[in-house]
Amino acid sequence: MNEKLTLSYEVPADDFTRAGEASGSVKGMLKKMGVAPDIVRRVAIAMYEGEINMVIHAHGGTINVTISPEEIEMVLKDEGPGIEDIELALQPGFSTAPDNIRALGFGAGMGLLNMKKNSDEMVIDSTVGVGTTVTMKVYIK
Amino acid sequence: MTVKEFINLGIFEIVSEGSNPDRKITVPYCCDLLSIAMGRMPAGAAWVTVMSNVNTLAVASLTDAALIILAEGSVMSDEAVSKAKEKGITVLAAKLPVFEAALRVYKELNA
Ligand SMILES: Nc1ncnc2c1ncn2[C@@H]1O[C@H](COP(=O)(O)OP(=O)(O)O)[C@@H](O)[C@H]1O
Ligand SMILES: [Mg+2]
Repeated sequence: MNEKLTLSYEVPADDFTRAGEASGSVKGMLKKMGVAPDIVRRVAIAMYEGEINMVIHAHGGTINVTISPEEIEMVLKDEGPGIEDIELALQPGFSTAPDNIRALGFGAGMGLLNMKKNSDEMVIDSTVGVGTTVTMKVYIK
Repeated sequence: MTVKEFINLGIFEIVSEGSNPDRKITVPYCCDLLSIAMGRMPAGAAWVTVMSNVNTLAVASLTDAALIILAEGSVMSDEAVSKAKEKGITVLAAKLPVFEAALRVYKELNA
């Protein structure tokens, strides 16, 4: 694995049945490439949480994943409402998810924290009314 | 104990047999909030939950759970059952409350 591999996914709006397809696909790919299980798991968790957030909070978006020998970079971009207070959004338990979403088992307010914990670098770039881009990196070595 | 050995005990009803019979079960794990399960569930867990939608399957698969046990008589939609079968995820079901279902797993793992 010497060169970079780029994967792109569309995350559909409001479709919970398909959320997890992108992260599942990346997981399968990394596994096949022989990446260590612990790293694969961290990427899968971080990416799924990001994917779910795009579905719940931002009417979907796009995910670009770049796999290189050193790291896995995930860029999750949406044109949703944006995050007003990122510090607050990162607090465990903070969630604006409505009741129908909670009934599905989401909205625990742990997603961004899970993403941060499972990645080695995470940058959230968000503008209210414009959208959110979350960039996460997981180091392979 | 492997998934197959556990299924063969016949304690729980089989919803989807799964395609990983030799997978080792590490520990029972209980939680219904998907993000908490996502963050905390150990790999190889027997995940006991009342959440029975397709997202439960996604979380189980992404966290490398060994199997899902639906407790409290929780029922999966036909759509979710098909998806579990398609993805080879083991799903069992029980009328037992979450704690008692997990306790059964614990006892069998430590027998
Ligand atoms: N992509 C996004 N676009 C807009 N808001 C978001 C996005 N991701 C997260 N948020 C906001 O941050 C909050 C916390 O997110 P998270 O920790 O994943 O918890 P949860 O998704 O369970 O609400 C969300 O409730 C929402 O208000
Ligand atoms: Mg979330």
